[in-house]
Amino acid sequence: MTATVYVSRDAAALSVGAEEVAQGIARAAAARADQVDIVRSGSRGMFWLEPLVEVATPTGRIAYGPVAPEDVAALFDAGFLKGGAHRLSLGPTEEIAYFKKQERLTFARVGVTDPLRLSDYEAHGGFRGLRAALAMAPRDIVEEVVRSGLRGRGGAAFPCGIKWRTVLGAEALPKYVVCNADEGDSGTFSDRMIMEGDPFVLLEGMAIAGLAVGATKGYIYLRSEYPDAERTLALAIATARQAGRLGDDLLGSGRAFDVEVRRGAGAYICGEETALLESLEGKRGMVRPKPPLPALEGLFGRPTAVNNVITLASVPIILDKGAKYYASYGMGRSQGTLPFQLAGNIKHGGLVEKAFGVTLRELLYDYGGGSASGRPIRAVQVGGPLGAFLPQSRFDTPLDYEAFAAVGGMIGHGGVVVFDDTVDMAKMARYAMEFCAIESCGKCTPCRIGSTRGVEVIDHIRAGRKPAQNLALLRDLCETMTHGSLCAMGGLTPAPVLSALEHFPEDFGASPAGKVS
Amino acid sequence: MVKDSSAQASGPVDRSSTDVIDQAIAENRHLPGALLPILHAIQDRLGFLPSGAAGRIAEDLNLSHADVHGVISFYHDFRSAPPGRHVMKLCRAEACQSMGSQALEARLKARLGIDFGQTTSDGAITLEPVYCLGNCALSPAVMIDGQLKGRVTPERLDGFIASLEEKP
Repeated sequence: MTATVYVSRDAAALSVGAEEVAQGIARAAAARADQVDIVRSGSRGMFWLEPLVEVATPTGRIAYGPVAPEDVAALFDAGFLKGGAHRLSLGPTEEIAYFKKQERLTFARVGVTDPLRLSDYEAHGGFRGLRAALAMAPRDIVEEVVRSGLRGRGGAAFPCGIKWRTVLGAEALPKYVVCNADEGDSGTFSDRMIMEGDPFVLLEGMAIAGLAVGATKGYIYLRSEYPDAERTLALAIATARQAGRLGDDLLGSGRAFDVEVRRGAGAYICGEETALLESLEGKRGMVRPKPPLPALEGLFGRPTAVNNVITLASVPIILDKGAKYYASYGMGRSQGTLPFQLAGNIKHGGLVEKAFGVTLRELLYDYGGGSASGRPIRAVQVGGPLGAFLPQSRFDTPLDYEAFAAVGGMIGHGGVVVFDDTVDMAKMARYAMEFCAIESCGKCTPCRIGSTRGVEVIDHIRAGRKPAQNLALLRDLCETMTHGSLCAMGGLTPAPVLSALEHFPEDFGASPAGKVS
Repeated sequence: MVKDSSAQASGPVDRSSTDVIDQAIAENRHLPGALLPILHAIQDRLGFLPSGAAGRIAEDLNLSHADVHGVISFYHDFRSAPPGRHVMKLCRAEACQSMGSQALEARLKARLGIDFGQTTSDGAITLEPVYCLGNCALSPAVMIDGQLKGRVTPERLDGFIASLEEKP
């Protein structure tokens, strides 16, 4: 009998040796004349357990991890191909508490299937959403997505269906679907995991978007830092085309939609949708003033639906199971689920897909297990480099777009970066300004000049030069950047700076009460 | 001794580079917004963009030389001088900082005797900063010749460097 073994092909798993482990298993199996089929799946998202090895048994998959290449022989000796006991055994994968408590809608297949095997995708519900969409009028697809409450998962949280309604209503042709895969926020990797672990779901979501808004061409703007995702997408697109899941005749319907991947070139600002469109057009990634909205005048001046990877990858399940099903998850105006990403100084780092409403404390301690260093968690940055730093006192706020905004936070793309008590928050504030100076597109003055001045002023404060005056100057500068910048880059860089100042004044040489000593 | 890539003249475009540039243009010029795909195609093959590339591309795409130069200089990825035999990118972003990437950065620069954007004198390693590799649950992270590495301890880093220095 052939045993089926799963080893991830996700870039993060490969970064800690999954390839060597897979090769070791193949060699050992050959040497022992064991029949083994090694499936290179996506990652389950429990990265502290990578390289994770799973074996299919009659009672479900049994997990072992983290497995080093030198553990492979012992695993064979322990009879792991039949789920045998070993010190690295974690029991049934889906019974691991971290995994079991999740609500995986968008990530239902990631880590489960072979990302490039179309039959596997379809056996696990793939293309049901597209089939449903093909039988619907464009307006009905759009309204279904409106009813689902799906909001943009890239960070801005704009209602996806409303955006699509605008594109559908625009008259100019051709129209485009653009997938924003420029996942630049530190602490985020959910887009990458989907593209490497379940690429067909993204292609299916884009095809549905095309049917909804009347576009036959889609672009994926992929950051150059993701070469593994680029290879996987290229293979997935070729496979989908060959099988009639992309191209001139979607599932035999006579309707057309095709996708092309374009590689970015290392500019964070190109995650901003108008800069991304400029870059796709072959120009410098400079932000465009809005209006006109990209939905009306987007790529090459045509109506364009620009959506993040996770937004698009969440569309197939909405069309398959209905808006009501999706909207039954979440709270308030934050409906559905969000793949949170636990990153940085966290013991159990990884991906946690949960309905909105989970608290930061649950994520950090129930899932994350506290800091990796074992020291107390002092600060958490949610929502990438433009997100606020939050102290312990804010950890009980539910992660809901509105509730989180009320305490000065931003959920953004769902990245949660953890810092222990050795962090110097004045240094982090300086870094926020430095990052903005490095990555600013340069179009507007508050961002271009303000960020460099911000670094200088924070340097003065840290050196103890006229701290009171310089703190006032820093606040003033932040106000100018917040209100005077063209886009979120300059407009939100003050968020980490001011939150560091508000919650951790002692790191800026001030007493905790906020008075400068 | 340190080679500063910004100070290094790339000189006239030699014959084989010209062929690569022309081929990259021919393969991609039909694409809407062809400039980035062309630049990537050249750099994928040569490791950098030779000084003559901008002019040839501009002529072919009916753009000004300034337009093309402006695009090349805007994006961090594009190099105007050849890199070393290996390129190591170290993540400087927040998640990696929380796991000690700044100490790794200092160690790396001291060990190699270079700063970001420079190449070791033996031409083995070019060091570049990067802002997030999407490996934030396994920080700190580096990318070596396009291969992602996670949980990079000082010892692991030393091992990578030693193997790169030996590799041709």
